[in-house]
Amino acid sequence: MTADSHALTTGEHTSVAGLAHDRRGISNPILGMLLFITSEVMFFGGLFAAYFSTRAANKPWPPAQFSEILNPFSLILVATVILIASSFTCQLAVAAIRRDDRRGFLRNMAVTFVLGVLFLVLQAYDYSLLFGEGMTIGSGPFGTTYFTLTSFHGAHVFGGVIMLGVILYRGMSGQFSARHHDAVEAASLYWHFVDVVWILLFTILYFL
Amino acid sequence: MATHALAPDASAYSRGLLYEWLTTTDHKKIGIMYVINSFIFFLIGGVLALVVRTELAQPGLQFLTDERVYNEMFTMHATLMIFLFVIPMLAGLGNYAVPLMVGAPDMAFPRINALSFWMLPLAGILLVSSFFTGGAAAAGWTSYPPLSGEGPLNSPGAGQDLWIVGLILIGTSSILGAINFLVTIFKMRAPGMTLFRMPIMVWTILVTSVLVLMATPVITSALVMLFIDRNYGGTFFDPSGGGSATLYQNVFWFYSHPAVYVMILPAMGVVSEVLPVFSRKPLFGYKAFVFATAAIGALGFSVWAHHMFTTGSVFLPFFSLLTFMIAVPTGVKMFNWVFTLFRGQLTFSTPLIFAIGFLTMFLIGGINGAFSASVPVDFALHDTYWIVAHIHYVLFGGSVFGIFAGIYYWFPKMTGRMLDEGLGKIQFVLMFVGFNLTFFPMHMLGIQGMPRRIADYAANAGWNDWNRAATIGGFVIALSILPFIWNVFVSLRNGRVAGDDPWEANTLEWATTSPPPPYNFDRLPEIRSERPLFDARHGRIGH
Ligand code: HEM
Ligand SMILES: [Cu+2]
Repeated sequence: MTADSHALTTGEHTSVAGLAHDRRGISNPILGMLLFITSEVMFFGGLFAAYFSTRAANKPWPPAQFSEILNPFSLILVATVILIASSFTCQLAVAAIRRDDRRGFLRNMAVTFVLGVLFLVLQAYDYSLLFGEGMTIGSGPFGTTYFTLTSFHGAHVFGGVIMLGVILYRGMSGQFSARHHDAVEAASLYWHFVDVVWILLFTILYFL
Repeated sequence: MATHALAPDASAYSRGLLYEWLTTTDHKKIGIMYVINSFIFFLIGGVLALVVRTELAQPGLQFLTDERVYNEMFTMHATLMIFLFVIPMLAGLGNYAVPLMVGAPDMAFPRINALSFWMLPLAGILLVSSFFTGGAAAAGWTSYPPLSGEGPLNSPGAGQDLWIVGLILIGTSSILGAINFLVTIFKMRAPGMTLFRMPIMVWTILVTSVLVLMATPVITSALVMLFIDRNYGGTFFDPSGGGSATLYQNVFWFYSHPAVYVMILPAMGVVSEVLPVFSRKPLFGYKAFVFATAAIGALGFSVWAHHMFTTGSVFLPFFSLLTFMIAVPTGVKMFNWVFTLFRGQLTFSTPLIFAIGFLTMFLIGGINGAFSASVPVDFALHDTYWIVAHIHYVLFGGSVFGIFAGIYYWFPKMTGRMLDEGLGKIQFVLMFVGFNLTFFPMHMLGIQGMPRRIADYAANAGWNDWNRAATIGGFVIALSILPFIWNVFVSLRNGRVAGDDPWEANTLEWATTSPPPPYNFDRLPEIRSERPLFDARHGRIGH
């Protein structure tokens, strides 16, 4: 505090508040991220609601022409495993930076990043296969819901990959340590969220 | 009394005023920009309303010969008023007031705060530009499909797409803003500022932010689906392709009913700050008010289908009952306010007068809302001018009067100068008279069966006189804005100097200079109640 700061008219004196954040409890970036994830849950909630309401009104589901098209035991399973694995490596990265192991952090974060990119590549390839069999976003309620849900999930993975990239870049320039890594924690929360959404999507779209 | 900024000496990097405002992350400057931006869209939206009223002044099509243009006018009027005026205006007042009121130096994420703001003028430009790209959206602010669909008889133009993109931008801005408010309120309060010592304005912003956080993403999903239907051959809302048009209505109102509380709760917060200050009493029933606010927020998520009674696809008793239940916490608040005034030492300054305008007009709006909550009555009144009367009594009579109460109340803090009381009262009288002249007759028109969203009506339907009255009233409202603008310009130059605390108020924003320095406070008074400044003035015992 500057020595020449004046008291306010009230003459009371307590320390200047708020300038130092409230250090107890959850940190601002992590709370912010949790709230952001809440809003994302509601966004996907809207899409899922639309999916179930559409599905309930259209029998049979999937329609006859696409009855075999969504096979869970295919490329998509590989993509799923990759995304789930990336959640684990992401958590390993977080654990590493918590104990100040920067090399372990960078290694795991890089692997997470690559796995994320790989998922996106596989999803794009899977789309091309579906297009090849004549299923597009315009082919009735089945196609509309499938592509809307998966592409918005994909867009979130893309956002997450960018986030991971920024974290990786900042990590390489040595910005994180055991004491200072809120951004890493926040990004990993987001990445887990994206993963959970995919598990839900995969289960609902391919198994239910 | 001077207060030094805790920031590094800004003049060392002086870069000119414009640059400073364009790049600022100071919540006070951002708050003021929110207010100015919202006011500009209030003016544009107001002009569109006058166009609508001019056309409706008498039967026949005189002024707008193309009915599609009429549809664009009322659609863009409502869109601008709701999404670019009321919601961001209240967010702006909150942006200015909340960090000050909780004794924080700024919002939790100042740069995200700036981002939230700048998305608004961008969205506004997108929306308004649609007038010049082959016609604006014309399917009403609700944009129900199939009206908003891409078919040649519906909304084939780019205007509807610009509308969707604009609204998604505004929604994202709101969500980021809500996160910022919540983290600020939860994490940045001054020592001693417990939750139940927070000013009511902060409580209402807290509940509003929760509503925004949970509801706005849902309309984003609806808009995204509408966009996909329009542009990529999707069939979400197209019954002929296996979709459902009421699905849109459900998703839309799941957001838009909570949104009406987004538009009223902060105004209630403003009024709850103003009434105690100008009656020199604490707010009657602080905790009851807080719980009522939380109850309204929670109930707000379970009544959306009262907008869809007549679709035949909702469970009527459930939604009717819950809608009636909302009147209970709202009634509690009415008691809070009235008993705050009761036996108070009232000073009828402009903020108090606007707050009383809020109380009376919002009461009417709440009561006529309860009429529509009754299913049989709503079957008769739905989509008539009754609904238009209702939404204006709550949104204009409520939110707009509350907003002006807030502007008159905080203008001295924002600028260091008082607004002129005389001009303020002229504005109030004109606005109050014009408002009632415009919107009270719409109750009669509704009962007589005049549908909303029509450009023309039969000359022998008996609607002519009420319509003419409403149009005259509309121009009186427009007139009332002139003394306000004049007041702002005159007072900025020559207004009485405000000093730190011109109203002898209760909350922390008045404990710093007017305008406050960057990062707001040097020192804070002790916080031992929800009225720290009152305590400091009157030296609480046990200190
Ligand atoms: C006691 C509280 C309230 C009750 C019981 C209530 C009830 C209702 C009902 C049942 C409707 C639907 C009528 C119909 O379309 O047939 C409605 C419409 C509406 N209400 Fe309220 N309301 C209340 C408060 C509010 C508040 C505080 C606001 C905004 C600040 C608001 C804004 C609106 C709007 C904008 C519409 C019309 C939407 C449209 O169709 O364009 N209401 N209200
Ligand atoms: Cu409603």
